[in-house]
Amino acid sequence: MPEHPPVVALTHLSKSFGAVRALHDVDLTVRRGEVHGLLGENGSGKSTLIKILSGFHTPDTGSGLAVNGRPVSFPLHPGKFRSLGMSFVHQDLGLVPSLSVVENLLVGDLASRRRWRLSWPRERRRAAETFASFGLGLDPRAQVADLRPSDRALLAIVRAVQEIRAHTADDGSDYGLLVLDEPTVFLPARDRDQLFVLIRRIAATRASILFVSHDLDEIRGITDRVTVLRDGVVRGTVETARASGEVLVEMIIGRRLQALPIERKRTATGAAVSITGLNGRYARGVSLTVHRGEVVGLTGLLGSGFEEIPYYVFGARRAFAGRLAIDGRTYDLRAMSPSRALEAGVALLPADRHHDGSVGSLSLGDNVTVPALRKYRSRIGLNRRRMRSDARRLLAQFDVRPPDPRSTYQSLSGGNQQKALLAKWLQTKPSLLLLHEPTQGVDIRARQQIFRLTRKAAAGDTAVVCVSTDYDQLAAVCDRVVVFGRGRVGRELTGAEVTKERIAEQCYRVAENPSGRHLDAGGDA
Amino acid sequence: MSVGEFVERFALVGAWIAVIAVFSVLKPDTFATSSNFAAILGSQAVLVVLTCALLIPLTAGDYDLSITGVLTLSQMMIGILNTRNGISVYVCIVAALLTGALVGLINGAFVVIFGIDSFIVTLGTGTFLGGVVLWISNSETFAGISSQLTGPVVVERFLGVPLAFYYGLALVIVLWYFLEYTSLGRQLLFVGRSRRVARLSGLRVGRLRWGALVASGVIAAAAGVLYAGITGAADPVSGAGFLLPAFAAAFLGATSIVPGRFNPWGSFIAVYFLVTGITGLALFGIQSWLQDMFYGGALVLAVTFSQIARRREEHVSGVREN
Repeated sequence: MPEHPPVVALTHLSKSFGAVRALHDVDLTVRRGEVHGLLGENGSGKSTLIKILSGFHTPDTGSGLAVNGRPVSFPLHPGKFRSLGMSFVHQDLGLVPSLSVVENLLVGDLASRRRWRLSWPRERRRAAETFASFGLGLDPRAQVADLRPSDRALLAIVRAVQEIRAHTADDGSDYGLLVLDEPTVFLPARDRDQLFVLIRRIAATRASILFVSHDLDEIRGITDRVTVLRDGVVRGTVETARASGEVLVEMIIGRRLQALPIERKRTATGAAVSITGLNGRYARGVSLTVHRGEVVGLTGLLGSGFEEIPYYVFGARRAFAGRLAIDGRTYDLRAMSPSRALEAGVALLPADRHHDGSVGSLSLGDNVTVPALRKYRSRIGLNRRRMRSDARRLLAQFDVRPPDPRSTYQSLSGGNQQKALLAKWLQTKPSLLLLHEPTQGVDIRARQQIFRLTRKAAAGDTAVVCVSTDYDQLAAVCDRVVVFGRGRVGRELTGAEVTKERIAEQCYRVAENPSGRHLDAGGDA
Repeated sequence: MSVGEFVERFALVGAWIAVIAVFSVLKPDTFATSSNFAAILGSQAVLVVLTCALLIPLTAGDYDLSITGVLTLSQMMIGILNTRNGISVYVCIVAALLTGALVGLINGAFVVIFGIDSFIVTLGTGTFLGGVVLWISNSETFAGISSQLTGPVVVERFLGVPLAFYYGLALVIVLWYFLEYTSLGRQLLFVGRSRRVARLSGLRVGRLRWGALVASGVIAAAAGVLYAGITGAADPVSGAGFLLPAFAAAFLGATSIVPGRFNPWGSFIAVYFLVTGITGLALFGIQSWLQDMFYGGALVLAVTFSQIARRREEHVSGVREN
């Protein structure tokens, strides 16, 4: 058998954003017909690499790319990847739910060719034949909105393969590359097997597959070789079958020493806020107890459901079942709404502070005084002067710079924006404070300040829940960390166990084997 | 097709037939006459064509509120150039259609290049055109348009119905074919449903939206030509009254034939359903204010029904995911 050139070979690939190195001297080779895993934590550089292939980012000079042995020069203009025989399936799949299966399948074809006599019966027949050739039984007439999530993923993948076939020669001299970017995050386990069968079938034809994931289990289940990224650097490329789980985990998270910055509470004392029997689209029978004065972290791998919990509790997302007990009162989470949550003493700092947390074009003062407007009502409208002076005092207290209530919110740095939002909610003295990725896009100094403010809020008799995939952060601020797997509470880490390495390790362990046992966190700390 | 699906698709047709039946029984001498049906069919050709114009940008996810401005301008150009300046009506028609295309180009430039919401842009240009019409006409009506236009529009008949009706019908068929059986029509649909998906699939989203607005400009101008031919005159204000009925027909049409999609056949039926109801009620001596109430109410109810249908669908698929 003649030696074929690799389908895609990246050499010395680097990418910097300002002073930050997202990728550093990365080499990656995808061979013909292989399923190649790209594994790493959030922020390890996986998505930067994908975006370079799709032409969204231009890499630093010195980076090299060869497709089927032929060198290709950067920058790749948008859409170039198609003519190179590449196709991408992203996590959101890129389907239009309100249109039919056959229409979604055809969209790429409709874009590239002018056709004046579409015959829908013929297109449906051809679509059915295509599905059959992949061993699938999708109904071309069905609306995508009515498909099961796994069928949607399969449809998106079949469409991508069709696109590759349209752009690579029939004689098999060139191979295409199908990039699957975390396509399984929201799929139940049994559906993954069907997906894996399809991937194997594709790899046997004219396309190799780059399978991007942070899920160890999946990578081990489907890939031939795997490349592990950490902090933008390749930590190794190994034959999947020969690598043990322990070795891979170590490659993913590394081994670094870390000092414990806080004194962790051994016993919880304050009054408890408890969530019981919470069920929702991404939550299965979740029960948690958080004491006042305590910071509890919720974490897990992406898609394991932990990141939805604060939105259920705050009533921003509808729960199917569940109760919240707080300050001696009990609320039914099915009937929760943000306004009721606020009355109950719950505050939420959402992860997307630009969309959900603030109005960027309004002033800082307006943004921080919203929850306390009632205080400033007078007979002739709002007392603007007192609002401004109170806001100034509050901003200074939370070290927001500049502490000028008249500056527009969006002119602040990410860290100061976040501190302002903390100020906004903590002035209401909430009984339960829910934080979702509170230090995302925040510089290191502000990060430390936010950690300190979080601890201070807890010390001020607030129960704090910090939801994050940033294990460093969880280790820095939390008294306890609860690890989720497949929508359930998996493990709880307390005391000396709350370290970055231990949390990361447990995230992968729980994902492999979610125990699903109920957790009464109150008593066993 | 399930029973429920069938009912949903043809409910509007059934409602139309029911309205015809009720009025035919109640007013057999005045309503159920061939001349009344011919009048109903012929008089609404302008609205059919104007609704077709509106369907194209709506499918691509944009509003065009300037259609009645274009209609009035086109009608007034024919009125002035033909009756006052004595220019051949054929030249006038070409000039009117080109003007419609120009308005579409300008709308598209603001929407695509400057990224301004089409609702605002076309609200502005439509009002602007209304002012232009009042200016060039000096607020006068121009009557006596050449029989070269009125003849083949309203005087000549086929099966007792003015030819204008058949022009509208022909446009419905052409537009239905275009939206349903050409790749361009399907591209517009994808752009309207998800600009992001459309762009990632390699569609030229900006060009398609722009083209849709040019098409609506040209077809709205054609509606103006037809209006001038039907009335034999050009007046500066009455055309504005078509805006709400066109939206009502477009949205009501989207609940029928192909539920959930703006579609020409649904809109065609919606136009005639609405006008049949109004004509019948008018025979009972009910005043003209009723027309506004009818169209306004129909628009809000049509949009409400389609929203309920969509929410039900989302609810169903949400449950299935669990």
